[in-house]
Amino acid sequence: MILGLSEEELLEFGHNACAGCGEALAARYVMKAAGKNTIVVNATGCLEVFSTPYPQTAWKVPWIHGAFENASAIASGVDIALEKLGKRKNVNVLAFGGDGSTFDIGFQALSGMAERGHNVCYVCYDNEAYMNTGIQRSGATPKYAATTTSPAGKKVPGKTEYAKPMPFIMASHGIYVATASIAYPQDLTRKVKKALSIDGPSYIQIFNSCPLGWKHKFNLGIKIAELAYKTNIFPLYEIEKGIVTISKKPVQKTPILEYLKLQGRFKHLGEKEIKEVQESVDAKWEKLLKLEETKMGF
Amino acid sequence: MRKIIEASTAAAIGVKLSRPQVIPMYPITPQTHIVERLAEFINDGELDADMIHVESEHSAISAAIGSQATGVRTFTATASQGLALMHEILHIVSGMRLPVVMEVANRALSAPISIWNDHQDSISARDTGWIQLYVESAQEALDTVIQAFKIAEDKNVLLPAMVCLDGFTLTHVFEPVDVPSQVNVDKFLPKYKPAFCLDTKKPITMGPIAYPNSFMEFKGAEHLAMKNALKVIKETNTQFKNQFGRGYGDGLIETYRLKDAKYAVVCMGTIVGTSRVVVDKLRKQGKKVGLIKLKSFRPFPIEEILKVTKGLKAIAVADRNISLGQEGALFSEIRSALYGKSKTIVSGFIAGLGGRDVKEETIEKMFDKINNGGTIWLK
Repeated sequence: MILGLSEEELLEFGHNACAGCGEALAARYVMKAAGKNTIVVNATGCLEVFSTPYPQTAWKVPWIHGAFENASAIASGVDIALEKLGKRKNVNVLAFGGDGSTFDIGFQALSGMAERGHNVCYVCYDNEAYMNTGIQRSGATPKYAATTTSPAGKKVPGKTEYAKPMPFIMASHGIYVATASIAYPQDLTRKVKKALSIDGPSYIQIFNSCPLGWKHKFNLGIKIAELAYKTNIFPLYEIEKGIVTISKKPVQKTPILEYLKLQGRFKHLGEKEIKEVQESVDAKWEKLLKLEETKMGF
Repeated sequence: MRKIIEASTAAAIGVKLSRPQVIPMYPITPQTHIVERLAEFINDGELDADMIHVESEHSAISAAIGSQATGVRTFTATASQGLALMHEILHIVSGMRLPVVMEVANRALSAPISIWNDHQDSISARDTGWIQLYVESAQEALDTVIQAFKIAEDKNVLLPAMVCLDGFTLTHVFEPVDVPSQVNVDKFLPKYKPAFCLDTKKPITMGPIAYPNSFMEFKGAEHLAMKNALKVIKETNTQFKNQFGRGYGDGLIETYRLKDAKYAVVCMGTIVGTSRVVVDKLRKQGKKVGLIKLKSFRPFPIEEILKVTKGLKAIAVADRNISLGQEGALFSEIRSALYGKSKTIVSGFIAGLGGRDVKEETIEKMFDKINNGGTIWLK
């Protein structure tokens, strides 16, 4: 055990992820929390590609990949089949998707899975764009971020919309929801364990950067994840039975500029845009505090 | 036990007798009667299965991947737009070698929207790596679904199978049906034992990425399995005949009054029944005509078609589908099977699209124009 985490690697070393890949690290932590009595259903994306180049595999648990948008539906089938086989109690079912798979193309299947109440923990590895296809804009891409399909042009400064509020949307299904970050592995694994202990659906969204897509130095992934938390642009919280609990609050708020300036995708931002991003982050944080304080349920 | 029941009920009874444990389903006309009967069987305790009420056909076939991969016999049903929505995943089911069985209540594809029968939906899924068996009657629907599980699960096949029955013209028609006993079906189709599955005690990786150095080998193995299915379908039909006293030709094709025939019509589905009547009528007039019913469209029985068409002067191929800008799919397939090996004239007829009635007169017209050698639209 190191820092309370199992030393057994269920997503083995030697896979093909890029140096500094946040998603690989996040998945490693998730698997440490889940343990080997787990079946993984993986959507198409970097994680699937870098971990299973036939005839090799990095997975030490049963693992299945179908398509981009159907991990939740496949996981629903696994859940019911385990039930029919009488194996349901001893096995965890995890569904993995990137933000494109989760926020966009697989959203319907995910909503259906949650509505039907399947005993599946869905983990969204959020790196805020379609990285596997070459950094295209997704519903999770933040406003003003430059991607290959929302480039920072002379007329339009990157993406023109804010990201979809996925954790709140999933919380509206009445299920357990948590956000987590690769900068805080103990918090992350605690949430995964909690989600898996619940008899029913759960949704965890993990902040993990992509050095290539975000154009940050390969050694800065954890630093950026830490700043995402400290600036409140990616707060860490849980929503249980509709009630928000903020996992931890930064002692002192860090200005958003500290987070933005480490990333090439935001380098075109001027004072006006930075101010707007700051105001948006502040407003969303205030709303979250209010949701926690008033125990207003989803 | 002989009963008069709707073909959808017969199809559902065939499923019940095959004991699938998971049925992911999404409703679409004219498939609904099948899944409604299955829901009743489950809720009345006659079938120990769970129905997953998914939010789309795309998720129905995806959930079927999940349950079959976990090691459970799985069934679903659809039609038309539903099958089209599944299209992407159909390739994945076969590519992962999962023997899922599906009933397709054949219906036209939009636009314009039509709820009525033709074969455009399943013909458009021709190249998805699924076995396709077309049935003529309620009895055949019941019997074929039981056989489909056995064929699909055969270790030399391991491919998914579609049982195609004409929407409305078969699904909503009442016919006398002999319902086999559960004991006999259990003997014919034993409990499902997966060749491989997701098991925490023996972890495997399913659905990896294949680079150009291995992809063709995967497809080659699938192609071989589909070819193996030709033999397995025949054997399964023989075994079924021995046990239940009923068979359907050799399992792949069936002929009717073909022995001394000079001319024959080739067709699939409910047109076969109408064609039998027309053949009888023309025979009474002294005309040497016969019928070839194609049951297995995939795999396609090339050798069997060559054998039964030997010596025929001309054949009329009836297509309830159209490859726009070309011709009917069955016509293309038959011509390709005979090319360079037969002098029989092959003529194509497009009929019955979007539920247009294919009457006795329609079939008679095919015999009238059997020597034309091209494609004629029969409205």
